[in-house]
Parts: sequence; C-alpha cells; structure tokens
Amino acid sequence: MATADALFYAFSLVLLFAAFRVITARTPVNAALYLVLAFFSAACVWMLLRAEFLAIALVLVYVGAVMVLFLFVVMMLDINTDELRNSFWQHFPLAALIGVVIALEMAAVLLGGFSLGEAPAASSAEVELGNTKLLGIEMYTNYLYPLQIAAVLLLVAIIAAIALTLRERKESKAMDPGDQVRVKKADRVRLVRLQPTVEAAPPPTSGEAQT
Amino acid sequence: MTVTLGHYLTLGAILFALSVIGIFLNRKNLIVLLMAIELMLLAVNLNFVAFSHYLPVVADRMAGQVFVFFILTVAAAESAIGLAILVVMFRNRATINVDELDDLQG
Repeated sequence: MATADALFYAFSLVLLFAAFRVITARTPVNAALYLVLAFFSAACVWMLLRAEFLAIALVLVYVGAVMVLFLFVVMMLDINTDELRNSFWQHFPLAALIGVVIALEMAAVLLGGFSLGEAPAASSAEVELGNTKLLGIEMYTNYLYPLQIAAVLLLVAIIAAIALTLRERKESKAMDPGDQVRVKKADRVRLVRLQPTVEAAPPPTSGEAQT
Repeated sequence: MTVTLGHYLTLGAILFALSVIGIFLNRKNLIVLLMAIELMLLAVNLNFVAFSHYLPVVADRMAGQVFVFFILTVAAAESAIGLAILVVMFRNRATINVDELDDLQG
C-alpha cells in the first residue's frame, strides 16, 4: 500500500506542476506540451484507481488526437504572443486569492468528509473479466442508447468542424452537379440546317484573274 | 499519510482551482483558455473515476467510468469545434485577442 501512496503523491505533484506550467507558459506551444504531460500523469493516477481502459483511452485520445490538434492549430496560426501577454500578471493577486480559497475550501470539505481509507475489494467479476471487458459489457448493454447518441454527437462535431473551416478556392474548377443535371439540349447543341448539295461558285473568268 | 478518497478529490479540486486561475491570467489568449477548460474537464473526470473506485456497491461501480467515457467524447467534440471556430476567426480578424473581439458590443 505504501508504494501506491508514494506513486499517488509523485504523479499528483507532476500533474499539478504541469497544470501550473500550462497556465503560465510563455508560448502556446509550451502550454500544449505541458498539457500533454498533465494528461499523461492524470492517466497514471487513473491507473492507480484501477481504471485501466480509461487511462489508456486518455493517453490515446487526448495525447494522441486532441493535443496534436491543438499543436496543429497553434503552429498554423501566426500569433503575436507578446501582445497577448500584456498585463498578464495584472489580475494575478485576485486570481491567486480566488484559486487558493477554492482549493482550501474544497480540500477542507473533501478531506474531512470523504476519508474512506480502504477501497472496497475488487469484485469477483472485476478479477475474472478485467476492467476493460466489464466496461465494454456495461456500455453495450445498459448504456447502448447513450453510446449511440455520443456517436451521433461526434459525427455532428466532425461535420461542424469541416463546414466551419472549409474554404472555397477561387481557381477551383469543380462542377456543380445540380447545374449539370439541369442543363438543356439547347444549351449544348446548336443544329445548323445545311443543304445536302451546295452549288459550286462559278470559277472566276481568266481575264479577271490575270488583272 | 495513507491515501483516501479525499486525497483524490482534493487533487481534482486543486486542478480545478488552477484552471480557474488560468482563465483569469490568460483572459486574452483564446487557445490557452481552451486548454484551461480541458484541464477543468480532466479534474471533473478524476472525481468520477475516484468515486467509482471507492463505491461500496460493486454492481454499480462501472457507471462512473462509463460517464467519464461520455465526458471524454463531449470534450473531444468541444475542443474540435472550438479550434475550428478559432481558425475561422483568425482567418477573418487576424487576431485571437479576446479584447478585440467586441463586434457585438453596442
């Protein structure tokens, strides 16, 4: 048990340090990288709480996808960070006071009220099946309908993000299918009535040709 | 000092307070504001996982973890759309300074 306690304190320290660096980092790139560290240590804390699948999902989804998205955006935009850091510390005393008060109040309540020392022992199902399988069984039976809604939500997010950032290129030669379907014969083909036989023009007289 | 449920909840509370301070400090930089919101959601998720671990009713223990799963989904969608809005805004205004985004102000 002592090892788990020591690990909890170590991961918590790294997590809080990384979170502090996220909010005080000089550039957004630094902030994003420290946020990666914060998520990673949070995943380690979740491991201590025997939530293995969620810990791995946090690393894969957050570090692998969301944070890379953040880094992409940060590096794509040409941001003047000096201007944004004007009067950065101006409200720090007030913010620090509020933050310390929030943390102290919550710590007083939570440490006093939730001093459950020993977690209940793992159930036989947990030992037998493992966290991941149990979570999967729960999710695909009792929570199937919310899962579908979450999937639809992700689809909506994809469509919204693409629709927001899609830019029509000016030199694009893409066709509009609606226009193509609506086209009439008269727009494309012009029938010209031609005589089947055309009389040859009379040959010029030789005298005229010579003058 | 042996670790109790209160320790995990306190860790979440300190994380939450840190991100509140972050929102105060970085009130001009929209990207870091989004990152502070991600940290807040992480603190909330930490609470869910801790409560589900210490829940005495074994049969209901997975419910908290399932909820964390859904929060992760919503957070991913939120950051994707937020960043898309940010990119569009930077394209139109060439700034992400919150102070200059006052078009709707009368």
